[in-house]
Amino acid sequence: MTVLEATSSVASARDRPEPAVEISHLNLVFGEGKAAVRALADVNLTIGRGEFVSFIGPSGCGKTTLMRVVADLESAGSGSVKVNGVSPAEARLARAYGYVFQAPALYPWRSVQRNITLPLEIMGVDRAEQARRVARVLDLVNLTGFARKFPWQLSGGMQQRVSIARALSFDPALLLMDEPFGALDEIIRDHLNEQLLRLWERTRKTVLFVTHSIPEAVFLSTKIVVMSPRPGRIADVIDSDLPRERTVEIRESPEFIKIAHRVRAGLRAGHGDDDA
Amino acid sequence: MATMMLEIARPGTRHNPFARLAAGRILPVLVVSLALLAIWYVATIGLNARGALDQYERDERNDWTIAELIADTMRQERPLLPAPHQILVELDKSVLQIAPTSRRSLVYHGWVTLSAAFVGFAMGTLLGIVLAIAIVHVPALEHALMPWIIASQTIPILAIAPMIIVVLGSVGLVGLLPKAIISAYLCFFPVAIGMVKGLTSPDPLQLDLIRTYSATEGQLFRKLRFPAAIAFLFASLKVAIALAIVGAIVGELPTGAQAGLGARMLSGSYYGQTVQIWAALIVAAIVSGLSIAAVGLAERVTMRAMGSAP
Repeated sequence: MTVLEATSSVASARDRPEPAVEISHLNLVFGEGKAAVRALADVNLTIGRGEFVSFIGPSGCGKTTLMRVVADLESAGSGSVKVNGVSPAEARLARAYGYVFQAPALYPWRSVQRNITLPLEIMGVDRAEQARRVARVLDLVNLTGFARKFPWQLSGGMQQRVSIARALSFDPALLLMDEPFGALDEIIRDHLNEQLLRLWERTRKTVLFVTHSIPEAVFLSTKIVVMSPRPGRIADVIDSDLPRERTVEIRESPEFIKIAHRVRAGLRAGHGDDDA
Repeated sequence: MATMMLEIARPGTRHNPFARLAAGRILPVLVVSLALLAIWYVATIGLNARGALDQYERDERNDWTIAELIADTMRQERPLLPAPHQILVELDKSVLQIAPTSRRSLVYHGWVTLSAAFVGFAMGTLLGIVLAIAIVHVPALEHALMPWIIASQTIPILAIAPMIIVVLGSVGLVGLLPKAIISAYLCFFPVAIGMVKGLTSPDPLQLDLIRTYSATEGQLFRKLRFPAAIAFLFASLKVAIALAIVGAIVGELPTGAQAGLGARMLSGSYYGQTVQIWAALIVAAIVSGLSIAAVGLAERVTMRAMGSAP
């Protein structure tokens, strides 16, 4: 696939009316018989193109599982999941999304540059184009000049930024991020959140973002999906009316606090079921 | 702060040369080597005294002294245990003083053994890698092949080596190849086991990642499984090269081979030439050590190129 075709196919994908992700009546059970666990119960969700959607909820609420179903790393049980209007398996074959895991998952024997070109090598992008993309995505994550370093020479935050650059390298319209900053300290996390927002504004991608942190979810998202455990289901979907351009100061604003309050209430309601 | 702690923990390391020597690697190695040498000499005296005394008896000598006795334990032609300096003299004679192409040169015999070992090492490594790839990609093969692979190593090589030589000899295969096959028989095992472990070493996240790119099986192997297995491969290769040399020597023992370190040891034992046996043993040890060091060097170069922390 040439660059031109790649860009035009992405562009036409964006023009199509289908939502980025459409989930209806999704149920998923792990195991069988007595050991069976209902991981997801009747999940319905539509995510439009260009949205930034956070999934928040306690451990075991199925948010990572839901993400893995969208990525075709887990097969859907019953119900329907559409990614760009096609099945997750077809979307994966079309390399429709970039996945950022909880850990950087860099290959330690590859330099930063070669980690970023990994998906490009697999997709058969030519060398000159690979070099161009590496330079572009390293700039996007503010790591220009680190191309020749190896993973062990970078801090945890830098490694995670490399893994984001890797996901961006083949320019997927959809970005799936599973607690990408979960293992980092709060200061670096705030910083990376700001960078991520800026990156999202620049690239206009659809982002699905799993997190444990209420401030993170409210700060980043246009839509917040609150989930509750046993079985994993959607407890609340909150559309954020915060402006798209945000700085850290927005966290002090009454609108921000109002949304955070509603997220917290949704989480508490989900937990209440546990005691009943 | 850290340097202060270090100085407290190891007082005087900076100023006292002896303390520095002890902290380094030279002194411990030196002490152990000297101790082994001393034990060897004591054993030489103890084991060869009988022979010396018998000789005195045959010569009807009664005027020997302890000093004479000790000296005589170390200058016998066929001692039970030759003294280290006797072996050194023999090594000097058969390595340095003689053309390396001569049949009496240990360089010549060492090369005969080493060339068979290298060919066997290459064959065994290839076989081990192929088996590991098959086992990792076809789960049924693990159950089908593993028992045989393990059983192959429970058979004493000394028992099976003569049969291999005889069978191959009957179909006209003689010389280097039968020995190489015995070497390969020994050294495919650690490679196969190490590579199975290495090829399955990528963690679930690394596997999931490449799956999100819809990589083919071949890409998964080239970009993830094989590079991840390299460290395991080198650990196996160090064992395998030593086994390959053992295999080549064992392959020379039962055939009455004309050349090779094994043949040297065997002819030495026929004629009671213990000094010759020991000289061949020492050369075998040096050759093995150098081969392992060569694999170690290749490992360091490769791992450095693959970005491992120095």
